[in-house]
Amino acid sequence: MYAQMVKSTGKGVKTLEEMSPQERAFQERIDRGDKIEPKEWMPDAYRKTLIRQIGQHAHSEIVGQLPEGNWITRAPTLERKAILLAKVQDEAGHGLYLYCAAETLGVSRDELIEKLHSGQMKYSSIFNYPTLNWADIGAVGWLVDGAAIMNQVPLQRTSYGPYSRAMIRICKEESFHQRQGYDIMMKMAFGTPEQKEMAQDALNRFWYPSLMMFGPSDKDSVHSAQSMAWKIKINTNDELRQKFVDQTVPQAGYLGLSIPDDTLTWNEEKGGYDFAEPDWSEFYKVLKGNGPCNKERLGARVKAWDDGAWFRDGLMAHAEKKAAAKVAAE
Amino acid sequence: MKKEWPLWEVFIRGQHGLNHRHVGSLHAPDAEMAVKNARDVYTRRNEGVSIWVVESKHITASSPSDKGPLFDPSNSKVYRHPTFFDIPDDVGHM
Repeated sequence: MYAQMVKSTGKGVKTLEEMSPQERAFQERIDRGDKIEPKEWMPDAYRKTLIRQIGQHAHSEIVGQLPEGNWITRAPTLERKAILLAKVQDEAGHGLYLYCAAETLGVSRDELIEKLHSGQMKYSSIFNYPTLNWADIGAVGWLVDGAAIMNQVPLQRTSYGPYSRAMIRICKEESFHQRQGYDIMMKMAFGTPEQKEMAQDALNRFWYPSLMMFGPSDKDSVHSAQSMAWKIKINTNDELRQKFVDQTVPQAGYLGLSIPDDTLTWNEEKGGYDFAEPDWSEFYKVLKGNGPCNKERLGARVKAWDDGAWFRDGLMAHAEKKAAAKVAAE
Repeated sequence: MKKEWPLWEVFIRGQHGLNHRHVGSLHAPDAEMAVKNARDVYTRRNEGVSIWVVESKHITASSPSDKGPLFDPSNSKVYRHPTFFDIPDDVGHM
């Protein structure tokens, strides 16, 4: 996920008996599968948690353009360049759908952006890793978008209407992203020995950061329990991570690449792979701002925002002037 | 000067001659830019043949608490549906 470690109230899930009549009616609607819409009553904590989650998700889409944008000018062919450009443009679109969904909860776009820039809101840890060569672009599409899809497909059924609709749109577009990544990996893995080596190296570097995208185990987390009761989280982090590993291992096999995990074994009993956990101390380090590219990523965002200020203001001033002239003419 | 661009609601008519349908919203300084942005944000895959935009503040919506009084009355009027009436097979297609 593009949203990691989103905190809810921290108080644990109330039973229906403990809830106020209004809260109970709300929870019963969610349990029935009703969608909650913007102007309807909702508990404050539901609203706040959703703003954090959708906001973080939106920020991830936007910051996620940077590692790939890095390779647009250096794509190996014109076709690859056009494809990558389209993918990065999609990420911008996904960020915009999600910001709109967050705004229906009563937060402004500028507030969200300011919170990202001041470090009060996060984006996914994965985008703080560098894309060193073209094979990394393949690995990002295959693994990072693959992991994102794992989380986003169930979220299409989330209880909050605007979020659910944004996820439906995003999922429709996302599978192109993963396929284009795998297509790059195939080209590299079936190419020259040097190309194959680059593909293996990219897999080695992106494997554990991709597993981290799902966040640490949350089977005992009160935040997750609350989010699941509200249906703004559908699966536990471990469930999704397991699904991702089970899906990805055979795909690596087809490429003739090996997963950088000596402990990886098929577990007949559970019908899935046993695999090594990523280094969670690294995850917390990256989340705190000390990953390989945190400063560069946030710096690029802030610079783009500040450099564009005169342009945003100019367009607004022009629009106001035109509107005033129109009123005067009438 | 610091002012957020206003919010616009976007409606797209798809390929098959159906009504314009709400697809989402976006920020833009004016209507002309809103149409341009809507094209980039909501029709990257040939989803539409026509775009409407309207500033969000101009939309009046029914209140969620009125849902019952507004929509429940139609529940009891099942005779508005053609399947309410039994027409003998001998009459033929109707």
